Amino acid sequence: MRLTLRRRAATAHDLPVPIVLLVYAILLAGALIMILPFLWMASTACKPPVELNKVPVTFLPENPVCGENLGLLYDTSPHFNRYLLNSAIVTIGRTLGQLVTCSLAAYGFARFKFPGRGLIFALCLALLMVPFQAILIPEFMLIRKLGWLNTFRALIVPGTFSAFALFLLRQAFLQIPVEIEEAAIIDGANPLRVLWYVTLPLSAPALAAFAVITVQAAWNDFLYPLVVSNSPDTRVVTIGIALLQGERRTPYNLLMMGSFLATVPMLVLFTALQRYFIAGIAMGGVKR
Amino acid sequence: MNPESRLPALAARALSWLGPTPLSRRKALWGLALIAPNTLGLFFFFGIPVLMAFSTSVQEWNAIKPPHFVGLDNFERLISDDKFAQALTNTLKLIGLTVPLEVLLALGVAVLLNLPLRGRNLLRTAYFLPVVTSTVAASVVWTSILQPRYGIVSRLLEPVGLGETKWLVEPGLVLIPIAAVAIWQRLGFDMIIFLAGLQSIPGVLYEAAVIDGAGRWERFRHVTLPMLSPTTFLVMVLAIINAFQIFDQVYIMTLRTVPGGVGGSATTLTYYLYRRAFTHSEFGYASAIALVLFALILAVTAFQLTVQRYWVYYESEEG
Repeated sequence: MRLTLRRRAATAHDLPVPIVLLVYAILLAGALIMILPFLWMASTACKPPVELNKVPVTFLPENPVCGENLGLLYDTSPHFNRYLLNSAIVTIGRTLGQLVTCSLAAYGFARFKFPGRGLIFALCLALLMVPFQAILIPEFMLIRKLGWLNTFRALIVPGTFSAFALFLLRQAFLQIPVEIEEAAIIDGANPLRVLWYVTLPLSAPALAAFAVITVQAAWNDFLYPLVVSNSPDTRVVTIGIALLQGERRTPYNLLMMGSFLATVPMLVLFTALQRYFIAGIAMGGVKR
Repeated sequence: MNPESRLPALAARALSWLGPTPLSRRKALWGLALIAPNTLGLFFFFGIPVLMAFSTSVQEWNAIKPPHFVGLDNFERLISDDKFAQALTNTLKLIGLTVPLEVLLALGVAVLLNLPLRGRNLLRTAYFLPVVTSTVAASVVWTSILQPRYGIVSRLLEPVGLGETKWLVEPGLVLIPIAAVAIWQRLGFDMIIFLAGLQSIPGVLYEAAVIDGAGRWERFRHVTLPMLSPTTFLVMVLAIINAFQIFDQVYIMTLRTVPGGVGGSATTLTYYLYRRAFTHSEFGYASAIALVLFALILAVTAFQLTVQRYWVYYESEEG
């Protein structure tokens, strides 16, 4: 009795067919709006100049010239590959840095008692409340005082500390039964070994969520690099695209080609991790 | 014999502060060592700037004179600054344009994508893709989509005579495309949080409702919505905080025409403080704007926390 009721409540098989069709129609229309800009980006990136200003607008390029446009992009912005590489360096640096500092700290807060623990954790969480724009100017002044303007240090080092990742990982660690770790401790492992061999592997969904959030935030960061880095050597790809956009004569096909190159890595990463990612968000974001 | 008895009194006090037994002290030292790198880094790179924000806001900075203390002059100047009033109004308008629509759409999509439909994982991914896209790339793409005459939007609006609409130039219109891009990029994020909330509602409640003879709409109205209200609250708080900070879209989408919009029509608080600081080198005045932005976010969040008890339902009140 109970079982049948649960099945009735939990599945949609009893939804009338017209309703199911309506739901699909709504969802597909919405999904099309979400996807359309990506298709437009890819299609425009392969259009020759004459097709850009065609009336009525064509959705697909009639004579696709993807390779030529890629070459033209590098003519317009010779260092574009360098910007992509810089973004990758900054992203990897920040993500690995946060993985180390934040998983250590999260483990410390989750498993060890020490004086001031509650207060320090509360102060770290308070930083989550501060919007980055509110401290943009002092942050810039601090970086300038350190002599770090236009360096990778400026782009990476402050980004290796995070209150958000601390919170996310601590939540994940707290959900692992202490007994599992205690077995390792009895075997003589020190806390670092326990963290590395037991706790982190058991936190895979949270780590996937952490990876997607941190990587995409670092790769897509714009305002901070705009302020602390203005030399081609350390310029990241978002700034590179902004420069193309600002240069009035950059035609849209090249702009879309640049955007495409900057977008694809994130789409690939997310698609690869999305199953874990959604589980991780559910765990860290809502359950308290 | 206890080796600690030989230590000076102060060190002994410090030790007992760490914990009552040698084992607890060792654990306390481990804990402090583990949290040290992140805590010190956060303090240096984020804590100190928070403190500096206050001191900078009461100084005058410009390219000519060295910074000096001017009391609350910067804040007084804010009151009579029309451009600031305009940026504040634009920011509030953007919140009004984005938040309600964004939250409602995300809730709707999440409820539908929580049904056991074939292919729902693919659909969820589609809705989430804009979230992982950079705002800069997204804004560039939408600028192209919104071009008068040559963009898709104008093609679609051609039949109703709006094909030549200059979405990013008309002062009365420019906030609409900026809000649209913001919603497009946030929807998937809100949806994921709603999905997590929906999945944490115990199935027993629906069983009980079915036994009581509740129909689909009644179950949604009297089980889903109240049980989801803490999630809705979280999504709303985050959405408002995010809308207060809109910058990238304004910067990128108005870059090809008039930066900040014609007559400042697209200038948000963040964009205005960025311009004041990094185009006009007025760090003191810009810091005052930043503090007002921060205070507004805190005030709105505090207000939401106060009124939540009238509409947010928490299952376990024992905590």
